[in-house]
Amino acid sequence: MTTPADNITWLGAPTFPKAARGALADTQLRRNLRKATTTIRDKRLQATGELADWEQLRDAGAALKERTLRHLDHYLLRLEETVTAAGGTVHWARDAAEANMIVTDLVRATGAHEVVKVKSMATAEIGLNEALAQAGIHAYETDLAELIVQLGDDRPSHILVPAIHRNRAEIREIFAREMGRRGRSAPDGLTDDPRALAEAARAHLREKFLTAKVAVSGANFAIAQTGTVGIVESEGNGRMCLTLPETLITVMGIEKVLPDFSDLEVFLQLLPRSSTGERMNPYTSTWTGLTPGDGPQSFHLVLLDNGRTATLADTVGRQALACIRCSACLNVCPVYERTGGHAYGSVYPGPIGAVLTPQLLGPGTSAHTDSLPFASTLCGACYDACPVKINIPEVLVHLRAEVVEAKRDHRLLPTPEALAMAAARGVFATPRRLATAQRLGGIAGRTLGRRGVIRRLPGPAGAWSDTRDTPVPPKETFRAFWTRTRGDES
Amino acid sequence: MSAANSSGTSAREEILRRVREALRDVPDDEEPAAVPVPRDYLRSHASSDVVAMFAERVEDYRATVIRAAPGDVPSAIAAALARRGARRVVIPPGFPEADLPTGDHDWIRDLPPLALAVLDTADAVLTTAALGIAVTGTIVLDAGPGQGRRALTLIPDYHLCVIRADQIHDDLPGALGALDPTRPLTFISGPSATSDIELDRVEGVHGPRTLDVVIVADPQP
Repeated sequence: MTTPADNITWLGAPTFPKAARGALADTQLRRNLRKATTTIRDKRLQATGELADWEQLRDAGAALKERTLRHLDHYLLRLEETVTAAGGTVHWARDAAEANMIVTDLVRATGAHEVVKVKSMATAEIGLNEALAQAGIHAYETDLAELIVQLGDDRPSHILVPAIHRNRAEIREIFAREMGRRGRSAPDGLTDDPRALAEAARAHLREKFLTAKVAVSGANFAIAQTGTVGIVESEGNGRMCLTLPETLITVMGIEKVLPDFSDLEVFLQLLPRSSTGERMNPYTSTWTGLTPGDGPQSFHLVLLDNGRTATLADTVGRQALACIRCSACLNVCPVYERTGGHAYGSVYPGPIGAVLTPQLLGPGTSAHTDSLPFASTLCGACYDACPVKINIPEVLVHLRAEVVEAKRDHRLLPTPEALAMAAARGVFATPRRLATAQRLGGIAGRTLGRRGVIRRLPGPAGAWSDTRDTPVPPKETFRAFWTRTRGDES
Repeated sequence: MSAANSSGTSAREEILRRVREALRDVPDDEEPAAVPVPRDYLRSHASSDVVAMFAERVEDYRATVIRAAPGDVPSAIAAALARRGARRVVIPPGFPEADLPTGDHDWIRDLPPLALAVLDTADAVLTTAALGIAVTGTIVLDAGPGQGRRALTLIPDYHLCVIRADQIHDDLPGALGALDPTRPLTFISGPSATSDIELDRVEGVHGPRTLDVVIVADPQP
């Protein structure tokens, strides 16, 4: 079995607590995130509150995903059959390197040296742009937020809005500085009015759209029954890429397949209301193979595994594959709102990233990926917001246990947690030992504490207390109190 | 399998093998349909006046709605084009000739297919629609007569769409049932927009920045 090439996480990414500390100190970042997540949370609640049967839709969405995942081989084979019958070509890629090779070869075969791209998590996950660049092919990101990230030589920090960490003034700065180097310059006197910024992006990319020969996209869904593939978007950059070039290459995770066309009646209600808080996003395009005289005359669908089958094998973690990439869980997460997406060191940030990234790569991959299941307070807001009811807290706890197990298996000496637990077993063994430990602990705690709080615990417990305050133990334990006041009754 | 993907067959077999191995907990004789999917969600969220709701929801997304009686379509089109200052207008094959107004217009026909550069110089595109969806304020194009290939409604900056009241469905489930998935479908809800700057919606990026929808009332019985 080949291990997935790790383009999912960023090379040398620090562990989450370390990265979070830096992010938390960035007041501009925190202001930008608070503003954006507050805006979108209100919109989502309004859009979902409009539907009296929202919970029934979530149940149907979760069930459809479960049906698909439990019979994934069946639906993938059916999809291959229907896409091929409609004139498309289906490719299978075990990992990122294989997917990149397939796409690079397909682009080369057209003779093109540049491609236009629709925003796609799958191609970000495999590092396609970098792979194409090595082959001398330039990939132009056309989604506004992806363009901001690409021009700023930056990294995405959100699933839906990769440039959420940037405010309008920063975006204006990037456009004014970088657009001219890669094509049409931003107009003189560009302001930070979002309308003006959108207009600058329109002008910058127009010529690319009208001349591109090859487009690369992801897919929001593909229908096994009909071979229909779909993209949900807002700006029209998706329509441009799906309509104007001669060749269209779509890279799709194998879990994105859906059984029937009519199932879209569930997902086209769940997705826009959960992601942008709209009743419907401005544009949804679907296509089934080729249509003579309309759109691309060559269509390739690349089905990507890259750790998904390994995730599927875990009966608890499997549910993470139901994700429709709406990003509602990021927007409601108290941790994400404060640290932003970069702290997760992965193309999949936030709560869903904390369960998806370690699973796609496997437990024990690195100290960084092992830290991700702990990047949560387990408050459950993500589970409540998820349109397909992925129980993210359940998977987080499950993965935490796996990380601990994996650590134990790889160590000669027991972990500090294991030592602490063994010591606790000894202390709890007799009432006398517990009383002694409590008395000593009380004295030590009051010595270390300041104003009722211990900031940093001594010894190996210091790491644990990095992210937690410990209350100073009371002067008298409950057991001592009981003996003093009611001791004669026992 | 394309020549570009010489290892394709083995990748296919291996991925399918991995999937089946991962699903060892699923009984061999379990049929996909045996996994229950509760379908107790509503078939429609529409109010009783579907056409009024469609008009209201289309306008919610900053498109302009024009209501017209069956005989008044040419004058409604003429008025809309005049208001937007559009003279060079792309007309897809199959658009009803009787609905075209007389006057100072340059109708650009897509026969033979227009070059993209020509489409880029047009002021507007005038189309019919496959259907409308009231609850979401959506028009759906299926490249049928009067709509043309997808590029026609994408390059011009102004899209004027004529839809009959009897084409408006209440909600998504009914509308999807009436569509042919083998045709290229475009669901349009308002003009092009983005929420990418501070998650606030602004209209007008790559697609048509202006969308006007003419709703033609049912003929009086």
